[in-house]
Amino acid sequence: MKPKALIFSGYGLNCEEETAFAFETAGATAQIIHINDLIAKKTLFSRFQILVFPGGFAYGDDIGSGNAYAQKIRNHLWPEIEQYLKGNNLVIGICNGCQILINLGLLPGINLQYGKRQVALLHNETARYIDRWVDLKNESNSPWLKDIKSFSAPIAHGEGKLYATAETLQELKKRKLIALRYFKGEMCNYQNLPANPTGTLSDIAAVTDETGRVFGLMPHPERALFFTQLPNWPLLKETYLRNKKTVPTFGPGLQIFKNAVRFYQ
Amino acid sequence: MAERIEVISKIVDARATSLAKKFTAQKFAVKSVAIADIYTIDSSLKRTQLSQIQEMFVNPVTQQLLTLQELHFDYAIEIGFLPGVTDNVASTAREMIEDFLKVKFSLHDGVYTSQVIFISGNISKEDTGRIAHSLYNPVIQRASTKSYSKYLRDRGMDRIVPRVKLTATQKVDSVDLHISDEELVRLGKSGIPDADGTRRGPLALDLLYLKTIRAYFDTKKRNPTDLELESLAQTWSEHCKHTIFADPIDDLKDGLYKTYIKKATSDIRKKLGRGDFCVSIFTDNSGAIEFDKDFLVTHKVETHNSPSALDPFGGSITGIVGVNRDAIGFGLGAKPIANTYGFCFAPPDDNTLLYKGPNKTQPMLSPRRIMDGVIAGVNSGGNCSGIPTPQGFLNFDVRFKGKPLVFVGTVGIIPKKNKGKKMYVKKARPGDYIVIVGGRVGLDGIHGATFSSEAMDSGSPATAVQIGDPITQKKLSDALVKEARNLGLYNSITDNGAGGLSCSVAEMAKESRGCEVRLNKVPVKYPGLAPWQIWISESQERMTLAVPKRKWKKFAELMKRRGVEATVIGEFTHSGKCSVYYHKEKIMDMDMNFLHNGLPRRKLTTTFTQVKHSEPQLATSENLNNSLLKILARPNITSFEFISTQYDHEVQGTSIIKPLQGRGRVNGDASVMRPLLSSNKGLVISQGLYPSYSDIDTYHMVAAAIDTAVRNCVAAGADPARIALLDNFCWCSSTDPERLGQLKRAVKACYDIATVYETPFISGKDSMFNDFKGYDDQGNPLIISVPPTLLISAVGIINDIVQAVSLDVKFPGDLLYVIGETHEELGASEYFYLLDHDRGIDIGNSVPHVDAYKNTKIYRAFHSCVRKGLITSAQSVGRAGLGVAILKMAMGGLLGINIELNKLPGSFSRDDFVLFSESQGRIVLSIAPQNKKEFEKTMSGIPYGLLGIVTADQKVVIKGIKGKKIVNMDMDTVLEAYKQTFKDY
Repeated sequence: MKPKALIFSGYGLNCEEETAFAFETAGATAQIIHINDLIAKKTLFSRFQILVFPGGFAYGDDIGSGNAYAQKIRNHLWPEIEQYLKGNNLVIGICNGCQILINLGLLPGINLQYGKRQVALLHNETARYIDRWVDLKNESNSPWLKDIKSFSAPIAHGEGKLYATAETLQELKKRKLIALRYFKGEMCNYQNLPANPTGTLSDIAAVTDETGRVFGLMPHPERALFFTQLPNWPLLKETYLRNKKTVPTFGPGLQIFKNAVRFYQ
Repeated sequence: MAERIEVISKIVDARATSLAKKFTAQKFAVKSVAIADIYTIDSSLKRTQLSQIQEMFVNPVTQQLLTLQELHFDYAIEIGFLPGVTDNVASTAREMIEDFLKVKFSLHDGVYTSQVIFISGNISKEDTGRIAHSLYNPVIQRASTKSYSKYLRDRGMDRIVPRVKLTATQKVDSVDLHISDEELVRLGKSGIPDADGTRRGPLALDLLYLKTIRAYFDTKKRNPTDLELESLAQTWSEHCKHTIFADPIDDLKDGLYKTYIKKATSDIRKKLGRGDFCVSIFTDNSGAIEFDKDFLVTHKVETHNSPSALDPFGGSITGIVGVNRDAIGFGLGAKPIANTYGFCFAPPDDNTLLYKGPNKTQPMLSPRRIMDGVIAGVNSGGNCSGIPTPQGFLNFDVRFKGKPLVFVGTVGIIPKKNKGKKMYVKKARPGDYIVIVGGRVGLDGIHGATFSSEAMDSGSPATAVQIGDPITQKKLSDALVKEARNLGLYNSITDNGAGGLSCSVAEMAKESRGCEVRLNKVPVKYPGLAPWQIWISESQERMTLAVPKRKWKKFAELMKRRGVEATVIGEFTHSGKCSVYYHKEKIMDMDMNFLHNGLPRRKLTTTFTQVKHSEPQLATSENLNNSLLKILARPNITSFEFISTQYDHEVQGTSIIKPLQGRGRVNGDASVMRPLLSSNKGLVISQGLYPSYSDIDTYHMVAAAIDTAVRNCVAAGADPARIALLDNFCWCSSTDPERLGQLKRAVKACYDIATVYETPFISGKDSMFNDFKGYDDQGNPLIISVPPTLLISAVGIINDIVQAVSLDVKFPGDLLYVIGETHEELGASEYFYLLDHDRGIDIGNSVPHVDAYKNTKIYRAFHSCVRKGLITSAQSVGRAGLGVAILKMAMGGLLGINIELNKLPGSFSRDDFVLFSESQGRIVLSIAPQNKKEFEKTMSGIPYGLLGIVTADQKVVIKGIKGKKIVNMDMDTVLEAYKQTFKDY
């Protein structure tokens, strides 16, 4: 079955097009729908297996990044979301989408307490927006991360420092809800950058809920879809050519989207 | 009564920590800082509603409501906006409340935000005042302070509601122009007098213009209304009509623009014939060239200098979000796909203040605050809009202290056709509704167009400042470019920029030949605006559209669903008249022909004096390590990674060659992107600018800017036969014949160079009065004029992004070459500036000359090598010359280099001159050793020289002309020099 992905848009979300492209490239069908059109026609939910909150700057990050968009969902679409979570469906939030899922209380959803805010994303330690590449290590069994040990992708955000109380952090660990951690891998070594760009707690870059089907990550896998998006592709290209190897087309981010498609096969 | 919701973090707040650090660095004995976010809600709310709103605004994991008991501090500072200043966070708060309560606030309700900063430490009341001063900008904000005991006594800060209260009458005045010449001049300079004698702000109409207007209204047997006069002032402003470029000048009866810029493009197009790639040039909001068989690429660059001097953040965010609308307003709407920037500042360590007023009144912001604010404004504008901002530069000169130059540009993409209709052609038809979409109208930005057409002095209006709202615009942009456009719901569209409705409606009305506007229909932010204010306000995030009546319902429904306000404010007509009504009263009734073509032509005359500088007499030096390191650390050359990383350059997934390249993360001079993810075709964008050369000759300043922009593009892989240019002139004192003489030479160079490169100009803009008239820190009068500056922005095409070239050297053993000739051309070079700094020498006269014919061959040969896959890295040689170019490549690859200067083509006698000459037309590159033969064959007939090799040992070794080692350094030392200057920015 070719799964269908619903990609939210509106109010300043802005990565919907490249995210849709990533899902299509991976073999899914993707449709971008403005949140107001969903509110007007709530039955649309039932046509989709994958719910996608893409990156962006919903409401300009005002009053907490992701907060205002989450409130809008809470005000208008909460019953549909709750119903949706009961099915065998996938949810992903990327960057601003991750901030939305956390504010909406879909993540980490300890004890499946959806709707309750349990962790928070704070301003980066530098108090500044940052765009750079990071390396990520997978620690979860989420279907989104199947067969991925580690990969590299860019981050681009101002509020990505995860905060949780010591108690909550214990729960996250115990229940294996920490999905990705920053580590010093290929890109950090290449660009000589520290592993953790934001000062996030325990290097956490992504979390899942207890089912593993709801996944929120701060990095942008849709910006690591192609080989030529890598910061070191010119060097790699030259290396491949001198070793008489073919230059690849795709990048490491594609696997995440492929995993979503594979989940339904 | 207004309610205050006060939210404070209950855990460590990075914003507060970074403020505390800043105060400590300013030598205040601050122990700790806390920040509370305040939402003041001026609307009648029930208690239950208030607590529900609190729940929305407070994140229970990290925040709480502020309570008096838990607070301990010494002083509190509250900073909020002045009435009427755009408050984006408040708009979001209001939208959240409205959505939650399912109510709509009235014009009399309001939400306002502010911040309270609680400071603990050994600080006095005076310290607190100084800290407050360093935090707020009195042009847009208010600040109040309280000691701990007073705060407790008052139970908090004061409850301030910055509601706009307008008392002006909404009556339309007629303005008597039958007054003395002296009075007319005053009217033009200071504006229309109100009943109380105060003036409304500059019209920037001179005596000749005012007399022409008087003569026109004499034929109508009446005086103009205030609105008519304001309207003419906007439409005829230098900002809108570019009279200096349009008017006859000396022997050039068609003026500079037609004689040189426009003609360059038309001559090139003729020559290219079927290969012409220009599609829509000069006439629309952006210029457009062909990208591939289905798409066009647009580009436009603007400046926002004067507003950025007054409110750096507001000025630059308004600039970037404004130029985005030049893409959205191109044709039927192009999608913005990249932002560019270029900032010219005074050195940020210059701490002496300037004043706009006498006796140390109206202080200007310091260069550092202007720099920080401008950088932050483009950060917010670009990032929030989801448009990548990969390409930019910094340039420093003490003469940018009065007015910085803030260049902002936007590249867009648009399909050529939609359902058989050409998307780059638009035409409002008689009978179409005039529709405005987006933000509402307030007092902000009144007289922006006329303001920027004047020098900045104590009379510069504060209402000229706006703050952009990227989210309102994003909603608007998505609704138009991604939906309404493709549904064919409108016939024409344009941006509301300078001059507001008065310009946008009148401009579009040319398409239908008339318009009839109902001003009372225009949605306003608050009650009490006078009609003339509504007509010329530059409130941001608005577009004007021509919507056919039968499509209005569908259009209006779509906008409503997208949360975008759309309002019919009149109709396009073919009456030949621009008519404006306020309720039933006709307040403007002007012939379109007079409005657009009535301005008299003034004949400009110029003079030109060739300046002679003394040539520096320099001792020779055996070792150039130090000179190289010093030059790498200079603000014009050093890494600006802190900007590159805070501007999202990867959104939309299009980034190919990024702003920071290689292992060493070196700032490149061009960015490569892939606008369509489904195609391998790419775009290359780059810039060129050399203000310092103007001190010798503006002709060569321009030639170098063009050559550099083109060369930067070519070095990254662009096809030299597919590059288009944009010109942005930032001049000074443009009524002075000597300055006009410099301008004339400069514009002529545009023609001379561009026609040889066959790189057409597709769009441009000018800002002619970048002068500051005020006082220095001793109270002495002072005029500061920017050096005459031209920014050239280039947009080029690369057929296959996989062939894009990065600057970092890649393998030890690779061969390093330079192509192009090196001569002793160091006039006004970075090297002479460095020595000037050290030893007080003059800048010389040997400014680089561009040989465009020779360079064309060089660039074409280089591109052949790119297509053959021979080039493994390349760096265009620009400011500070060959030495810096090679070091950038080495730092990029974190590899050593071992080179000799004796095989360099050119003419020279000194090692330091070879290393630092800024001769144009050169590229340094590396190739794999096995490609030597093929490379040299392709380069036959081109001046090239083999410099040496890339080494594995991380050492930079350069041997001089006579074979002696003149540079010998470790990579670590080089990198440190390159990165230290802005390390803590």
